[in-house]
Amino acid sequence: MITAAAQEREHYLNASYGIKSWLLTKDHKRIGLLYLATVTLFFFLGGAFATLIRIELLTPQGDLVSSDTYNKLFTMHGVAMVFFFLIPSIPATLGNFFLPMMIGARDLAFPRINLLSWYLLVIGGLFSLAAMLAGGVDTGWTFYTPLSTTYSNTWVVLTAVGIFIAGFSSILTGLNFIVTVHRMRAPGMTWFRMPLFVWSNYATSLIQVLGTPVLAVTIVLLFCERVFHIGIFDPKLGGDPVLFQHMFWFYSHPAVYIMVLPGMGVISEVVSVFSRKPVFGYGFVAFSSVAIAVLGFLVWGHHLFVSTQSVYAGLIFSFLSYFVAIPSAIKVFNWTATLYKGSISFATPMLYVFGFIGLFTIGGLTGLFVASLGFDVHVTDTYFVVAHFHYIMVGGTIMAYLAGIHYWWPKMTGRMYPEGWAKLSALVIFLGFNLTFFPQFILGYLGMPRRYHVYPPEFQVLHVLSTAGASVLAVGYLMPMVYFIWSLRYGAVAGANPWGASGLEWTVSSPPPAHNFEETPVVTTDAYDYSKVMGEVIEVG
Amino acid sequence: MGKLQLFPESASTFAPDVDHLTLFLIAVSVFFTVLIFAAIFVFAIKYRRRSEHELPRVTHTGLALEIAWSVIPFGLTMVMFTWGASIYFKESRPPSNAMQIYVVGKQWMWKVQHMEGRREINELHVPMGRPVRLTMTSEDVIHSFYMPAFRVKMDVVPGKYGEMWFEPTKTGTFHLFCAEYCGTKHSGMIGSIYVMEPQDYQNWLSGGGAQDSMAQRGERLFQDLACSNCHKTDATGRCPNLVGLFGKKVQLSDGRTINADEQYIRESILQPTAKVVAGYQPIMPTFQGLVTEEGVLQLVEYIKSIGPKPATGAVEPEHSNAGSTPRDR
Repeated sequence: MITAAAQEREHYLNASYGIKSWLLTKDHKRIGLLYLATVTLFFFLGGAFATLIRIELLTPQGDLVSSDTYNKLFTMHGVAMVFFFLIPSIPATLGNFFLPMMIGARDLAFPRINLLSWYLLVIGGLFSLAAMLAGGVDTGWTFYTPLSTTYSNTWVVLTAVGIFIAGFSSILTGLNFIVTVHRMRAPGMTWFRMPLFVWSNYATSLIQVLGTPVLAVTIVLLFCERVFHIGIFDPKLGGDPVLFQHMFWFYSHPAVYIMVLPGMGVISEVVSVFSRKPVFGYGFVAFSSVAIAVLGFLVWGHHLFVSTQSVYAGLIFSFLSYFVAIPSAIKVFNWTATLYKGSISFATPMLYVFGFIGLFTIGGLTGLFVASLGFDVHVTDTYFVVAHFHYIMVGGTIMAYLAGIHYWWPKMTGRMYPEGWAKLSALVIFLGFNLTFFPQFILGYLGMPRRYHVYPPEFQVLHVLSTAGASVLAVGYLMPMVYFIWSLRYGAVAGANPWGASGLEWTVSSPPPAHNFEETPVVTTDAYDYSKVMGEVIEVG
Repeated sequence: MGKLQLFPESASTFAPDVDHLTLFLIAVSVFFTVLIFAAIFVFAIKYRRRSEHELPRVTHTGLALEIAWSVIPFGLTMVMFTWGASIYFKESRPPSNAMQIYVVGKQWMWKVQHMEGRREINELHVPMGRPVRLTMTSEDVIHSFYMPAFRVKMDVVPGKYGEMWFEPTKTGTFHLFCAEYCGTKHSGMIGSIYVMEPQDYQNWLSGGGAQDSMAQRGERLFQDLACSNCHKTDATGRCPNLVGLFGKKVQLSDGRTINADEQYIRESILQPTAKVVAGYQPIMPTFQGLVTEEGVLQLVEYIKSIGPKPATGAVEPEHSNAGSTPRDR
């Protein structure tokens, strides 16, 4: 990994060697890479479950696996992807690595707590992994009661304990980010000079700190109910099963924004660099992140429109849900406007941005569908919802994650990835994604329920299309895995600032020095001022 | 493999309502998707980087523009909200002449009881052109009663009565799905809805030999469980007289006043000490485990039948004069 050119210079990768220097590191950059490795493992584990699900659904009969196994597959797919991949993905890897650098800090505010966060994710992951190896869990990642508390005889508690522990990883990371942004900005780095990636991670951290404890409480109650039968959720003991849904979604709806807000931050960075223009409407984009974080806490009840909650609760939650749509729409319009009269490069990160904006637009607009009560009654718990949230989580978050990894790869590793292969993979992922999930909108509207192992034959054509798309998508995801590893050894050596970006992280060499900055930077301009990084200039636009 | 279908069958009065809303939602979405895609495409081509030395002029934020693209979409979303809400509101208000059918979900089957006594499993027979109200509960986990061709769905929750209604507009056989994941054989918890001409439905109801109505079964259960020992039909019993109870206000011993509906009767059978009538002692034992959810529903029907008038005005419950609803008279 070490090249002749980089050999003389000390950086965070060669500052020390050996397994201990990684497992006991307090360097936010190394911890970022530890997270990268961890969440990548869970991504491929969750992906393997998804592959089996899609193969099973090729035929209407249950012929590959039994119903019990199928139910475990979609449960473990959800658990691995949501709690151990999507939630930590961008903040814990790219956020950890770049948030301190982008505000001119030497590290996060609490480096030891940062390392502890990673250990908590790993320990939580091991618990849930142990549950999977021991025989799995079959409640769905939503753990609805009383199925999870009374009726399922799979590894519910072990899985839930894993999620409980991983939750503290998320809380501590959020806390660390909040304190870092408040206390460790470089001189001159005012709030409104911060890159938008920092704003979006800050907003995400607020949700992590305020929302995740509710998940922890919910899991404790689930545990007590299952083990001690205390009667919180079981109607036979005087409990209320719908109460669980309120508590679960009070965290898990905001968690959607934990997953997608950091992605929006990546998009803001990348769209600016590759248009060589400041993000249009910076203040609106920044505040829309905070607005999403706040409003996200007020809409959980839209998951319960047919749960027998009161009609008036349904009306209020539907009404409030539309308020979240507006800040999301503001972002999409401002990103698009950023392109206007820009100098647009088609480098791979930008292709992922185009993909993100397209897919997130469809995901967001179909969110307006399901927020509409009369429509949702028909499609809730069908494939329409499955398609909708995959457009947000996979079409949104993962596209943004890949945009971010490609964009910052030269900085993290000092190497360029192969541009041709990367462009091809972006295209393959975009096409594969749409072929996988677009048919599911139609399936859902036709009435195909979620979590069905066996289904009526008239749905088969669309399921076959979806599975075909999934195989394309799988190839698309494996390609970066291969060429990123390849690039560590054979990739072209990256300079300090291969994209002509304006952020502080690009002012230091690649890979960055162990302590980021030789001397504390002083910030004198707004974010995204490209004039300062360019020599000879041709004005356009 | 079957043919490719793009739009579901439409077989209830709600189906066209929902489909029209869907078309509106699709139209708005297509407009914005095309707008965004076209803008990206045009900008990306037109303003592509021609030289590494290009530096675009900074465009400043237009406040009017920001307000416009916040307010216009918000206006559209309020149309979506109002339209969807009006359908939902209608779906939550069964007409008073709706015929009553009871559903109990359990892992992994649907059990249906008609007022007149006919019972079925994983099938639901209903007449065309008449509103049908389902009162539903579960014996175990949460299920969800979903009929895509009617565009309606409602969770079936243990411990409480959920309600939904629909009016079929087309005869035929339609899917019934469990939509809330309920364990191993969730995808096997499916059935068929048979929408029949009203006359055929009458014939079907009276088929299968002479049967007791739900209220009659409830009355028998009332005797078998010895409820009548305490709940006497005059003031001499140790427990409240249940004649004329249903739909009335009841004064409780803790001072509250509640409405004697299905949910209250069910709770009083299974958790008798939860709400004790003023002036009585909490001496009734629980019947949890002694009576099934279907049995509870029969008892509810019986108590409704000895009331002066069903509060919901749903059906004439007293006798088994099959399927006659107020609309027929």
